Amino acid sequence: MAKVLMKGNEAIGAAAIKAGCKFFFGYPITPQSELPEYMAREMPKAGATFLQAESEVAAINMVYGAAGAGARVMTSSSSPGISLKQEGISYIAGAELPCVIVNIIRGGPGLGGIQPAQSDYFQATKGGGHGDYKMVVLAPASVQELTDLMMEGFDIADQYRNPVMIIGDGMLGQMMEPVELREPKKRDLKPKDWATTGTGGRGHTNVINSLFIDPAECEKHNLKLKAKFDEMEKNEKKYEIFNCENPDIIAVAYGTTARIVKTVIDKCKEEGINVGLIRPISLWPFPYEVFEEYADKTKAFLSVEMSMGQMVEDVKLGVNGKKPVHFYGRTGGMVPVPDDIIAEIKNILGGAK
Amino acid sequence: MINERIIMAGFGGQGVMSMGQLLTYAGMIEGKNVSWLPSYGPEMRGGTANCNVIISDSPVASPIVTDATAVIAMNRPSLDKFEPSIIEKGLLLINSSLIDRSAERDDIIAYDIPANDIANELGNSRIANMVMLGAYLEATGALKKESVIEALKKVFGERKAHLIPINEDALDRGAQLVKGSSCG
Repeated sequence: MAKVLMKGNEAIGAAAIKAGCKFFFGYPITPQSELPEYMAREMPKAGATFLQAESEVAAINMVYGAAGAGARVMTSSSSPGISLKQEGISYIAGAELPCVIVNIIRGGPGLGGIQPAQSDYFQATKGGGHGDYKMVVLAPASVQELTDLMMEGFDIADQYRNPVMIIGDGMLGQMMEPVELREPKKRDLKPKDWATTGTGGRGHTNVINSLFIDPAECEKHNLKLKAKFDEMEKNEKKYEIFNCENPDIIAVAYGTTARIVKTVIDKCKEEGINVGLIRPISLWPFPYEVFEEYADKTKAFLSVEMSMGQMVEDVKLGVNGKKPVHFYGRTGGMVPVPDDIIAEIKNILGGAK
Repeated sequence: MINERIIMAGFGGQGVMSMGQLLTYAGMIEGKNVSWLPSYGPEMRGGTANCNVIISDSPVASPIVTDATAVIAMNRPSLDKFEPSIIEKGLLLINSSLIDRSAERDDIIAYDIPANDIANELGNSRIANMVMLGAYLEATGALKKESVIEALKKVFGERKAHLIPINEDALDRGAQLVKGSSCG
């Protein structure tokens, strides 16, 4: 397929349909409404179902239902809407069902604003809903990567029978870049013989459930989930290492913020400051080991985020005290400006060079 | 090596967004790395609109334009807001049909383009944006006019193909103004 110019939000939809997503349940919210709009137009053409639910809570529970029946299914929203979906996400994880959830993050807390933010990092990676569950959280930085990860996200969800979250921000959702829909690398996906599609005379009933009233049974279920999360941690880490040959400092950033940092890297080069970048692509599982490895090659780390400082906690866990870890962030919909990040870098490195 | 970082701005309805998309599309056709980033939010409803376009030989880092190599200002508020964002020796295109002042800075290259007047002469007030785009292409040489025409064909499809010639005329008129100008 030749490259086409697509808006991030629409590219998510195109990738989902290409990946065989048969159901989309959602409720509009800025800045991701182009996605349900696209799905409403395109899904019927693909023999798939778009349904605008009466609320986010209804939408995520429809996802629960369709996933239980073995269909590829997704929902999308933005921060306040994702908060509403948390109960359902916990149930889906508990019942071991695959689905993809997209969060195009906006400023918070509460209704916040509609401009780009990354302040849902904790919610996404540390369990926004109740209980001991994890989900793979992927943070693309370009429209191409967004489509790649969206398609792979469905496979990851199916492989582990677990929800996968794709996070972006309004910038990524609204911007246009060339994209080419590419098949992800083949995974060994088992048939969904657990789905509730009728017994068909096979003699046993499939049950989708997250209730284990006997504590011993519930613990056993949690241990089973834990083993699965350990597998995900082992297999699903993704990150980019950029310009990390003897850097004076290594910036850590994900999503669109990482692209702003790349502009910072170019500008710093002109001034003789060598800035590296570690870009986590999977926010969970977080690539902790990489930080310990690169701690020997630099003087300090700087986590740059569109939040008041969330990922920086994981960066500190990764660096493990070997080098100082600093933070620079803008929040509430304000986007970091390269010159301000550069000023922070100079400050950390001890004044202008 | 090109690394064009353009801010296009004007009132909603002046075709600022579509002008940016066309240029981005044309860049993609020429095999460049491109990005198009719109301003979004409540200010778009009837207020000012702007978009950032990057066309580069190297991968696009930040899609946000802070040091613009060119600004296309379709109205006065856009000129006031974005003239300071232009780098030294950068390009400023002013829609002089609607803007009552010229460039304030003397360290940039500026052209006054009466885009709406030319568009009206050509018989369609909605192609003022294409006049500006023609001027931009001529002043920078960043992309070929043919690529923009090809992009237009893709965007218009069969149904609106009859609008291609008038758009091409608008691109040419914009280019002629830059060619014939003593400025720059």
